[in-house]
Amino acid sequence: MTSDLTRLTLKAARDGLARKDFSAGELTRAHLAAMEKARGLNAFITETPEKAVAMAEAADRRLGTGEGGLLEGLPVAIKDLFCTQGIATTAASHILDGFVPPYESTVTARLWAQGAVCLGKTNLDEFAMGSSNITSHHGPVGNPWTRTGDSSQLVPGGSSGGSAAAVAGRMALAATGTDTGGSIRQPASFCGIAGIKPTYGRCSRWGTVAFASSLDQAGAFARTVEDCALFLQAMAGHDPKDSTSADLAVPDWSGRLSGRVKGLRIGLPKEYRVEGMPSEIERLWQQGADWLKAEGAEVVEISLPHTKYALPTYYIIAPAEASSNLARYDGMRFGLRVEGKNLAETYMKTRGLGFGDEVRRRILIGTYVLSAGYYDAYYLKAQKVRRRIAEDFTSAFKEVDAILTPTAPSAAFRIGEKMDDPVAMYLNDVFTVPSSLAGLPGMSVPAGLSADGLPLGLQVIGRAWDEQTVLDVSRAIEDAAGFATLPYGLEA
Amino acid sequence: MSLDKATVARIATLARIEVPEDQLEPLARELSGILGWIEQLGEVDTSAVEPMRSVMDIRQDWRPDTVDAGDCQADILKNAPKAHDGFFVVPKVVE
Repeated sequence: MTSDLTRLTLKAARDGLARKDFSAGELTRAHLAAMEKARGLNAFITETPEKAVAMAEAADRRLGTGEGGLLEGLPVAIKDLFCTQGIATTAASHILDGFVPPYESTVTARLWAQGAVCLGKTNLDEFAMGSSNITSHHGPVGNPWTRTGDSSQLVPGGSSGGSAAAVAGRMALAATGTDTGGSIRQPASFCGIAGIKPTYGRCSRWGTVAFASSLDQAGAFARTVEDCALFLQAMAGHDPKDSTSADLAVPDWSGRLSGRVKGLRIGLPKEYRVEGMPSEIERLWQQGADWLKAEGAEVVEISLPHTKYALPTYYIIAPAEASSNLARYDGMRFGLRVEGKNLAETYMKTRGLGFGDEVRRRILIGTYVLSAGYYDAYYLKAQKVRRRIAEDFTSAFKEVDAILTPTAPSAAFRIGEKMDDPVAMYLNDVFTVPSSLAGLPGMSVPAGLSADGLPLGLQVIGRAWDEQTVLDVSRAIEDAAGFATLPYGLEA
Repeated sequence: MSLDKATVARIATLARIEVPEDQLEPLARELSGILGWIEQLGEVDTSAVEPMRSVMDIRQDWRPDTVDAGDCQADILKNAPKAHDGFFVVPKVVE
């Protein structure tokens, strides 16, 4: 029974609770047991078992009286970038040592208001900067998947690696993530689960530790497209505390989910056929297009001519915004303080010791591109190219209703690989960064396995505010792919 | 654009991050590599392009300029590395 409960989808668990097949307490305890068993993966930075049990008991009382929200009694995990009142929030950084927020982020407050149960805070790349979860101060996360016949531990992707591993490893029914350049979609692809980044402005950023404010957007991980729709519905919505959150009603995405693609036009951007892309990924991409065609969609080639400039643009804009956002970590009001002879030296030592290598690298790049004499050449130039990239999508969406691409140029790699060259690591996000720069919704859905037995995802990109089409196209791929393989050690 | 050690040291000071002397040279190499890769943006003609500062065409909300939060001194000080008598304690600024 215990292991069965962790195999349910979010939707099936919700239905089971409604039918009183099991209690929220039982469901939560099954997941806490799974977390304990999989502790070696290091998916969580902070586990909150007592809180989870108390929240589940409260949910059972509400369910007993017929009350209860959209996610009543459903155990979920929270990326440790969302501030949670009374629970340590680290952003996986040394510099936030000891920080316990006295307030709750809007996204998590919405989840608790809908009855969700908090299992704990998941591991991530430090300040969400990375594509492998290797830059965490709290150690790397292991992917629940390993290659066929090779037990070497692989990365779960990043930055939301802990959330993706927790959902793939059947430790949580769903988890929050954040996506700045691919940090939900790439780990979803590496871990064989679904993950959606909604349109910029759908979810409030209030109370989420900031990385690059013009790009950061919260989103959802779950094992099915329908579960992602349900979970995202609870997270999203207008918040007066975030001036970039959109004052738009949140549609009933899960209720309207049809998976129907008949008559839709799907674009395949020719610039995404990048040099050196493994042929199995190219084949899977074509397979995805064929599946959609078989369901009545029309597939056409499109052009997004500025695609190759997206990554370099991103690596100006994101570090520039990060260098400004991370200026707040000065050791004075919260977190780590390393005493120096005077104030200036205290700043230098606190930030020198508190930030890891990748965060330091990005702050330095950001400081440089914003510094006097270089601002126009780098930062202003990047903002102009960003408009070109966004215009590519605007033109494309005059011709098509959604865009289909691979999520990442490879499957999960070994911990330690791609570590020598920062640019090689950045290339992980080559397919996800362009739509991030344009603020568009994107989803990764598991579509197949690599030759060595690892999950590969396909990405669906939609028009701004049209998460529904993204979800429907993703659902059609999910149905056609019938992806049912479980990570090693979790087979039925 | 290739960065030398002295430039990296200057940026690190601007960013208020202490970088050990022996890490300046490797950092200069890494940052030069990244900046060299970024330089390809020069190929894009952006002469008539407005910089994109906000990705979504959303009207920013206005609100009355009134206090709607506060009275939370204890909460604010709870995470302070050092606090005394309702204040943050910081290193001496004026000698």
